[in-house]
Amino acid sequence: MSELVYVAGVGIITAIGNNVAENLAAFEQEAAGMGDITLVNTIHRGNLPVAEVKLDNAELSELAGISAKLSRTKMLSLVAAREALNDAAIPGFADLRSGFVSANTVGGMDKSEDFFIDFLNDNNKGKLRNIFDHECGSMTEVVADQLGITDYMTTISTACSSSANAIFYGARLIRNDILDVVIAGGVDALAKFTLNGFNTLMILDKEYCKPFDDNREGLNLGEGAGYVVLVSDKVAKTLNKPLYCTLSGYNNSNDAYHQTASSPDGTGSYMAMQGALAKVGLQPSDIDYINLHGTGTPNNDSAEGTAITRLFGPECPPMSSTKSFTGHTLGASGGVEAVFSVLAVKHGLIYPNLRFKTPMKNVPLTPETRYQKDQPVKNVLSNSFGFGGNCTSLIFSAV
Amino acid sequence: MKIYIRSAAAISAQKTFGDVPFLTEPVEYNGTRLTAIEPDYKDFVDPKLARRMSRIIKMGVAAAMQCLKEADVTMPGAIITGTALGCQEDTISFLTRIIELEEEMLPPTAFIQSTHNTVAAQIALMLKCHNYNNTFVHKGISFESALLDATMLLKEGDANDILVGGTEEMTDTAFKILTRLALYKRWPLSNFDLYNTKSNGTIAGEGAMFFLLADKPSTENLAELVGAKTFYKPKSNADIENQVKTFLAKNDLSIEDIDLVITGKNGDLKNDAVYEALDRSLFADISKVYYKHLCGEYPTSVSFALWLASNIIKRGEVPAIAADGEVKNTSPQKVLIYNHYQNSYHSLMLLSAC
Repeated sequence: MSELVYVAGVGIITAIGNNVAENLAAFEQEAAGMGDITLVNTIHRGNLPVAEVKLDNAELSELAGISAKLSRTKMLSLVAAREALNDAAIPGFADLRSGFVSANTVGGMDKSEDFFIDFLNDNNKGKLRNIFDHECGSMTEVVADQLGITDYMTTISTACSSSANAIFYGARLIRNDILDVVIAGGVDALAKFTLNGFNTLMILDKEYCKPFDDNREGLNLGEGAGYVVLVSDKVAKTLNKPLYCTLSGYNNSNDAYHQTASSPDGTGSYMAMQGALAKVGLQPSDIDYINLHGTGTPNNDSAEGTAITRLFGPECPPMSSTKSFTGHTLGASGGVEAVFSVLAVKHGLIYPNLRFKTPMKNVPLTPETRYQKDQPVKNVLSNSFGFGGNCTSLIFSAV
Repeated sequence: MKIYIRSAAAISAQKTFGDVPFLTEPVEYNGTRLTAIEPDYKDFVDPKLARRMSRIIKMGVAAAMQCLKEADVTMPGAIITGTALGCQEDTISFLTRIIELEEEMLPPTAFIQSTHNTVAAQIALMLKCHNYNNTFVHKGISFESALLDATMLLKEGDANDILVGGTEEMTDTAFKILTRLALYKRWPLSNFDLYNTKSNGTIAGEGAMFFLLADKPSTENLAELVGAKTFYKPKSNADIENQVKTFLAKNDLSIEDIDLVITGKNGDLKNDAVYEALDRSLFADISKVYYKHLCGEYPTSVSFALWLASNIIKRGEVPAIAADGEVKNTSPQKVLIYNHYQNSYHSLMLLSAC
């Protein structure tokens, strides 16, 4: 039960790159992925910036190797999950008990939106192929089938913490000796549904987002997918390449305050971070870098900042929100940021928090604004908080 | 370590909620859609809040609260739900408005409540419960995934008194689309005749079932959850048989030890062929119970079977409306549930008297 769970591979696709190498290069160049909306057919084009993956469905389909008629969510997921599995290069993978645990928030909503336009005119209209595979689980299933994973698969959906929960559920499947290898993370594609949803909440910044800045005005939506390959101790010993790190700590706690807003003192965030530290027996001072949830909304950053200040005191470790590069990828964000956290441990990286100028008045924290490499990064804390008060923290530790 | 079902609460198309007789007054429907019989929510939710809630949220919250009440637990150690389609009503409502209002002047409530974890979140909010909270959304094994999470939490020793549920609501929109996809029968029928028509398609259903899982023995416990497992796309009926045998063997049992098997027959010829093959072989000598004529077919319907099995064991009686003919042992000690979802996801659960 107590054995360690290792990260053996990573895969990612976001607005700043179609693979791990491109994402890392974008950080070094401090090149954010936001821009005008080009792919979603919406009245918000030219008005709200988003962080799109820089491939249209035809190009993405070619990269993924599945039909361009399928949901964009499936294609994004397959690209990143396959990169992660190839990266892990696990000897004798086919003979191991393997699983795929993926997360997303709106399934094949891009296709459902097309269907509904015709369906609302006439309930007997609308192409059924655009709706029959709408559900969240179908996104996971198509990717598992492509990767040849049959022992176990499931899908988690807890809003913006979804894929962080998928990662630690995956780790627990290994710790409980149910599986040997789990590809875990999540995906979400931009959709008119989420774009309008967040717009009605008035938390979308019309400029590029400014996480943790006193003048922040909201988030930018993004899209993408991020997966880690988790392996048991036994499998780790058989690998022909170095491991990235361990997933050492994790916790999910609920804010139990409001369906969408965070409590002013960040109760849930505090409990998640503290619980993850307790799980692995680390002190706050052992954390070398915090990958913030840091959406850029006034409410989140204030609550998260308050919780961090309460837990870490005056000696806070370096921190940044990589959403200043990728936008908020919703159900993918926990997976995307887990990949960044793993790479931070592996390569001693601290990512910049772009566009930060003025510390928040109520919680004057100063995130890192420059890209730094060769830093002593042993333990990274990654935060993911979602609607429904769902707060998850993961800790990745050097091997 | 043993895992017990302390309490079980069900809102279904039958009279199953609260202090009611055990399926002795079955409700007959004519059509292809069974609708949940909803309780008076004012006992569970502030009416002001309830007005803003969709049916799945109200059903989920009420079933969860009733389950806790029956278990005499005020604060669960974790809240875990499974739902394939989630908060459909709110999702469809927001999507419809986006199209009809051309993305302008949209009210946010439907979007806010459309996320799949709304039921689990609302339960946490009402209880002020800061503990572990998760939601699984994987087609026909959404509830099974939640159940596995709950059993792992108990084994890890990180939480006790775990509230785990399966919820699904049927909407007019989904019913129309799924009818077009030929999931349901083409002519109205009585749910009591579901297994007699020998035709394609089944009947739609919905419901909310919650269970309180604990690791402590108690005379109050309904049953022991001995084991549960899922498997994906078996290659043949022989493969399914082997999966069942291996599952039983892992729990030191053989098929002769099973007093009753509850299967997920749903009246669709192709779907039921899988069960009928087992009825001729592995399950040939075992008494059988069916349940989808009572609750309808939906992705988390196996949670109804778990409610049924728990009650059969605790009460020591098998409702006649569910039994396939004479039941050999009217007070079954070991009950096996076998369900499959479109022959892709297969699910086994094993319950035992405490």
